[in-house]
This record gives sequence, structure tokens and C-alpha cells, in this order.
Amino acid sequence: MRALGLAVLTAVWLAPSVFAQRGAPPPAQTPRASAPIDLTGYWVAFVNEDWRYRMITPAKGDYRGVPITKEALQIVNAWDPLADEAAGNQCKSYGAGAIMRVPGRIHITWQDDGTMRLDADAGTQTRLFRFSASSPAPDAAPTWQGQSIARWEGGRGGAPGARRGGSLTVVTTKMRAGYLRKNGVPYSENATVTEYFDVGQQPSGEYLVVTTVVDDPRYLTQPFIVSSHFKKEADGSKWDPTPCSSTW
Amino acid sequence: MGSDTMLIDVVAGRTPRMARFTVGLVFVVLSVSTPRPAFAQFDLVGSWAARNTEDISRDSYPVDYVGIPLNTEGRTRALAYNESQLAMIERQCEGWPSFYFVQGPFGLRIWSDSEPVRGTVISYTIGAWEDRAPMTIWMDGRPHPSANAVHTRGGFTTGTWEGNTLVTYTTHMKAGFIRKNGPPSSDQATMTSRFYRHGDLLTVLVVVEDPIYLAEPQIISKSFQLQTAPLLPIGPPCVTAFEGRQPGESVPHFVPEQNPFVDEVTKLFRIPKDAVLGEPETMYPEYRKKIKSTYVAPPPCKGNCGAAPAR
Repeated sequence: MRALGLAVLTAVWLAPSVFAQRGAPPPAQTPRASAPIDLTGYWVAFVNEDWRYRMITPAKGDYRGVPITKEALQIVNAWDPLADEAAGNQCKSYGAGAIMRVPGRIHITWQDDGTMRLDADAGTQTRLFRFSASSPAPDAAPTWQGQSIARWEGGRGGAPGARRGGSLTVVTTKMRAGYLRKNGVPYSENATVTEYFDVGQQPSGEYLVVTTVVDDPRYLTQPFIVSSHFKKEADGSKWDPTPCSSTW
Repeated sequence: MGSDTMLIDVVAGRTPRMARFTVGLVFVVLSVSTPRPAFAQFDLVGSWAARNTEDISRDSYPVDYVGIPLNTEGRTRALAYNESQLAMIERQCEGWPSFYFVQGPFGLRIWSDSEPVRGTVISYTIGAWEDRAPMTIWMDGRPHPSANAVHTRGGFTTGTWEGNTLVTYTTHMKAGFIRKNGPPSSDQATMTSRFYRHGDLLTVLVVVEDPIYLAEPQIISKSFQLQTAPLLPIGPPCVTAFEGRQPGESVPHFVPEQNPFVDEVTKLFRIPKDAVLGEPETMYPEYRKKIKSTYVAPPPCKGNCGAAPAR
């Protein structure tokens, strides 16, 4: 009788996981195949937060909401968009620290099974998210979009057919120094940008929210945290690449 | 025999065989019937501080509807609003709807109530802060009440887990303001919120839909940071008091086309008037291209330009 009871206990306890395994897909081999959420497609920024810092170029010297250092304040007050343009630095406000905040559309695709590609039509920028454990090459030259390492978070398990959730985490380093805002609020080449990509589906549409955390020991006294939201579009008919500009 | 004593006896093999089998079966039934959290659910409970490094309510100017996709009716009502209405007892609490929890500058203090035997979460409560009412998120599967049921400041909210995301849905909110300076929200507005947790960060994506006053859904996202010290919310939810206007007196308002503050934000920040008035097209990238040739940058900031650097 005791053995029978133990058998019943064991069988019932294990049953859910056994059933789940039977219905689960085979183990995924690539980041593309194991994606718990689908980020691909065209997304348009819905710019209703920080409007006056994003849709128009704000006043010189206005850095409200950004926890800058005294050293950064000198850069804020010295901002000269024409000088940036002349020096070939017109993309300083389109770098990885700010690009998700720039009004525009983004197009997310898979470049290969282990690399996600994010194109932004504002500034015609391209970001590559590599799902590789290897660190960025130490001798690689900094770029506006830097080097990004990505990984999926959560979203595995659960009942077959259930919404699994999950999100994408991206850490970016090796960036050229840039601007968090159009009017010269800076981040340095030592900054690290950590981003979380989450999606939500409801009758009115599909939404993407990107939480961006900029850590910069040189120009920020604490992490600069913003969340930017996008709406999914059916196709790329409104895709409109434009070049970087310091003056607009 | 107390339950603890019986459990000890079962473990020690001191009870008769049949009794042990019965207790074992009870254990099996309880184990199977007790809901276990689905994979990757997170604990929402705690004190979540607002860092306010992005947009907050922007209710400092009488006419500033930037970022609210109002329809014509909503805009007309907003422009009729006069802040002297706050002197009327029946209107004093209209400015703090449920969605103020992501619009305002405050953090979130969240706790849960659990079923006493199984320990499963029955509800989460986002505590009141200043004038915002508390919001209870029912997690026990109860339905929303009839459309004719009472509407409250906090509304009625249910929640479900979608993988590692908490999704909540709020109805039965009283009519009020979507921003404290007058853009209205109706009692038919609904709010869907998604709570995403990444380590000590909590990002909330809120979608407000209002068939009466919004041309399209209003979207708000905001991030909070977990802190170990408990937040100490300020004050009780909105409490009314006599502030100068007797019941039955006229409602302070502006008649159409005569709101004296309609150009204030445009003059201060060079924000185009259609953006100030919440035209939906102003929230899409095309608008930035549209105003490129006419926009004139504001003069350098001379005051209130940002917090003084700490180092």
C-alpha cells in the first residue's frame, strides 16, 4: 500500500512536466529559432513623451531630467551644432545612447541566425545585436552604434500555446561619444548602454517598449533611464531614410 | 492531534498504515490542486522609486496638451477648462485618475494579499500617493462588474500573467482628466498596463483608450527602480474641502476661442500650436519633417534648465 501511495504521488507530481515535454518543440539551436518574442518588422515611434526634447531641437543649455556632471555641463553650454556639422560629427545625436529616442521608424530583421539587425530611418543608422558570448574586440575602433551583445530573457516553458512572454536584453559598449539629446547633452565613449526590448499585443495594435539605461561615469551622476514606445506597422511603406543632421 | 504532530508522526512512521496512506493522498491532492506560479513570473511587491529622467505630467501650464492624441470634442472641452474649478468640491479630485501612477512624479509602493492556506496571490495593491487613489489588481480571476456598477477614482482592475509579464486591465474609472490641466477622460475610458521586470527595473507600459475624447490610444511608458528602503507615500487619496465656491454656483470656464493661455507654451518653447493642442499627427515622425522649414529654435535656456550637477 505504501509503495502504491508513493507511486501515485510521484506520477501525479511529474505529470505536468511530462505532458509539457511531450508537447514542447524540440530544443532550439540558434538565437533566431529560440526567440521567445517576435521583434521583427517595422515599428514607428509614438512620440508623446519628452516631446519637446525629441520632436524639436530644444534650447541650448536645457538638460532638464538628465543627471549630468559638472564636466558635462561645460559641454552642454558649449554646444555648437554648426561646428559639429563641419567636423563631420552630425551623427552625435543618433548614436546607440539616443537612437531609440529619435523620432523615426525602426526595422528589425535577422541578419543571420545569430545576429539581429536594427535599422533606423532617422539618420540611416544600423545596429547589430550579436547573440554571442564573446566580448567586443578590445582594439576595435568605436562607432556611433558601438558593439552590442544580446541575449533572450525568460519566455521558456509554460503550457503549449500559451503566451510565453520573454524579452531581449542588449548591452552596448565601444561607442563614439555622442549626445543623449539633440542639443548637446553628452555621453562619453566610456558609456555603457543596456536596453530591454518588450512587446505587448492588444486589440488596438502591437506595441514595443524599449527601456534604455545609460551608465556613464564621466558625464552622468547616476544612470539615465528612459523608456521609448513604438507601434507596429504592417509594412515599410512609410520607411523614409534621412541623413544625420546637427542642425535639425 | 494537531496537524504538526500528525505530520511528525507520519514522517517518523508512527501512525497506522491506513492513516499514513490517507494523509499521503491528502498531500497529493493538495500538491496538485495548489496553483504553482507559472514559469518566470516575478514578484511585484516592494518599493519602486521613480527616477524621473523622462517625461512627467507636464501640468504646469494651463494649455499644454502636447503628447495627448485628443479628438475635437476632447480638445474643445480641454480649452473650456478653467483651473478655478478646483475650488468646487465636486471637481477637486478629477485630476488624479488611475493612470496618474505613470504620469506623476511619484514612485510605487506595491503589496499583495494572499489566500491564507495556499498562499496564492489574490490581489496586488498599488498604494495611494498624494491625491491618487489606490489601485487594487485582482489576480483571482473574478470578472469585471456590470457596466452599470459604480465607477470610482481607482477603477476596477484585474490582472493575468502572460509569461513573465503582468497584464492588467482597468475599467469603471470615474470621468476626470487625462492630465491635470484639463484634457478630459470619460467614464468609458479603459487602461491596459503591462509590467515588465528586469532585475531591479520595472517598466510599465500603459495604453489608455477612450472612445469619447481620444482620437487614438494614449500610450505611456515609465520605468521604476526597486529600492530597499520603503517608500513613504505622501498623504491620503484626494480629500475634498470647501475652497471658496458654494454648491450651485456657476462652473468657472472659458468660452470657445477665448482661452487666454492658448499661445503661452508656443511663446515659451516654440512648440507649434497644433502640437500644444494635442493633434494626433504631431506624435508621429512625419510631423518633424513637416515643420522643419518653419521651425525657429528657442533662445538659450536661462533658468530652470536642469538640476545643478552634483559633481
